[in-house]
Amino acid sequence: MRYEETKSSYLMMAPFLILFTVFTILPILGAIGLSFTSFDMLQPPRFIGLSNYTRLLLDDKIFMQVLKNTLIFAFVTGPLSYVLSFLLAWMINEYKPVARSIWTLIFYAPSLAGNIFFVWTLIFSGDYYAPLNGLLMWLGWIKEPIDWTGNTDYVLRVVLLVQVWLSFGAGFLAFIAGLQGIDRSLYEAGRIDGIKNRWQELWYITIPSMKPQLLFGAVMQIASSFSVSEVIKAVAGFPSRGYSADTIGTYIIDYGTVRFEMGYACTLSVVLFIIMLLTNKIIMRLLKGADND
Amino acid sequence: MTSSTQKNAAVIRQTSVSVKQPKLRRMRRGAAKATRSLGMDILLFIFLGALALFMLIPILYVVANAFKPLSEFFIFPPRPWVVHPTLENFVQLSQLLSNMWVPFSRYLFNSIVVTVSATLGNVLVASMAAYPLAMHNFRGRKLINEVIILALLFTPQVLYIPQYIVIANIGLINNYLALILPVVQTTLGTFLMVQFMQQVPLSLLEAARIDGAAEMKIWWEIVMPTVKPAWLTLMILAFQQIWAQNGNLLIYKENMKVLPAIMTQIQSGGLARAGVTSAVMFVLMIPPLVLFEFSQKAVIETMATSGIKD
Repeated sequence: MRYEETKSSYLMMAPFLILFTVFTILPILGAIGLSFTSFDMLQPPRFIGLSNYTRLLLDDKIFMQVLKNTLIFAFVTGPLSYVLSFLLAWMINEYKPVARSIWTLIFYAPSLAGNIFFVWTLIFSGDYYAPLNGLLMWLGWIKEPIDWTGNTDYVLRVVLLVQVWLSFGAGFLAFIAGLQGIDRSLYEAGRIDGIKNRWQELWYITIPSMKPQLLFGAVMQIASSFSVSEVIKAVAGFPSRGYSADTIGTYIIDYGTVRFEMGYACTLSVVLFIIMLLTNKIIMRLLKGADND
Repeated sequence: MTSSTQKNAAVIRQTSVSVKQPKLRRMRRGAAKATRSLGMDILLFIFLGALALFMLIPILYVVANAFKPLSEFFIFPPRPWVVHPTLENFVQLSQLLSNMWVPFSRYLFNSIVVTVSATLGNVLVASMAAYPLAMHNFRGRKLINEVIILALLFTPQVLYIPQYIVIANIGLINNYLALILPVVQTTLGTFLMVQFMQQVPLSLLEAARIDGAAEMKIWWEIVMPTVKPAWLTLMILAFQQIWAQNGNLLIYKENMKVLPAIMTQIQSGGLARAGVTSAVMFVLMIPPLVLFEFSQKAVIETMATSGIKD
């Protein structure tokens, strides 16, 4: 390795590494540091040891509620979105290129079109002029309009539905691309080896060949399942009634922007980081181990 | 080490071959795959069609609403479609916007400044860093690549408050840079660039190296034109993310705000404003959709290399 080349390597990486350090690494380390303090952005942070953590575990009833919601997003809609993204990509792959690109656009459109999820606030609006209530009343299924997003029984389910609607993101595109990249001769070889139907093909050839994309998709899915916040704020309100649809993510924003308790917000962030890293580790181990036997 | 390298090499070869020869694959497909019955075909179409409706109805509803006169919002049973399409909402939107304390053009200008500079910045910074990460062999390379993969988890939403504290402390509140700099360092962008560049054959660089070209020059003149699909993809991903960010916490000076921020304000008007809200959503959703449609091929080609190898 020539010295000159190493120097140019680091020079070229410098802008990225500097910005990455300032806007990703520093916030993470800062959050860890500030999680042991009481801090309101006005006074300098005051060290209070583990108080924030004991408060979180022992005194904060709402934390348990938002933790539960977070885990529902991560372990119910997350896997559902992931499996659905893969199955859809697999089905779309059967079509000719033009049809395939149209299907792709349709499924990717909700994720693509930025803030369009705001439309769900109209659809689930509580009066009887709103589309959903109107439809159900017209059908005679309900007598009175339902306040979907103000009712603690429904609001979480509404947000989960919207989240499924937003399932088909970067991971979905990676699956479509990965499927197109599979070497077709593998299928011929499979036929000779006695593979009879498409399900066997899927299980013995397609999925193992897609492993790198499946890993990438999993990381993307974990990242997006734990970062649902704009959707919740828009659809359920901020904070939602009785925190019934809030997650750790929006709870952090609540503490950070409304109550200005930055120390506690950082404690919550650290807990979220740890849960995400653990989930990632477990999922990666599961997926990587899947075909080692 | 060697076996995993071989495996990686095989994966790369496989993807690069298939990327380059789509025609050959298509011709062989019919012969290669197990056949499927007509019944399955129909079932498949029904399943996809039903899901596609679920995807499309809200979007079509936005489009219909954008052209609905106010009276049609208050009929029972509600109609998802328009009977008498009108441009009323757009007229009302422009009136609303021209009556604002800060002229609409100012928000548009802010959005364009932020989106263009952050998107270009993101593509340049990511691809410049990706070149050595994909092609040089230096100490720390493996570690940085691993950190980048791990950092894919830390989305802007997850880092929201800690990042805000940093931005406030370096004095960037109410500054365009608060909206630009954090999105210039997207790990997803750098990751995708590294993955795609790993496909570029090293032999392409050797000739230039013998001529004594500087690494920066090789990156700009040889590698960048070769990885065009990747930076096109990055542009779209960055554009759509930055175009949609509202910067609530970071910008509170009215004349520095961006378009999505005023959308939130209009939307809070409730159902009476539903038409105008939909008109705004309609206008805002067009740029990313159009951009994606024109570059879908490049995006798919790039995503083919996105896989994480173990």
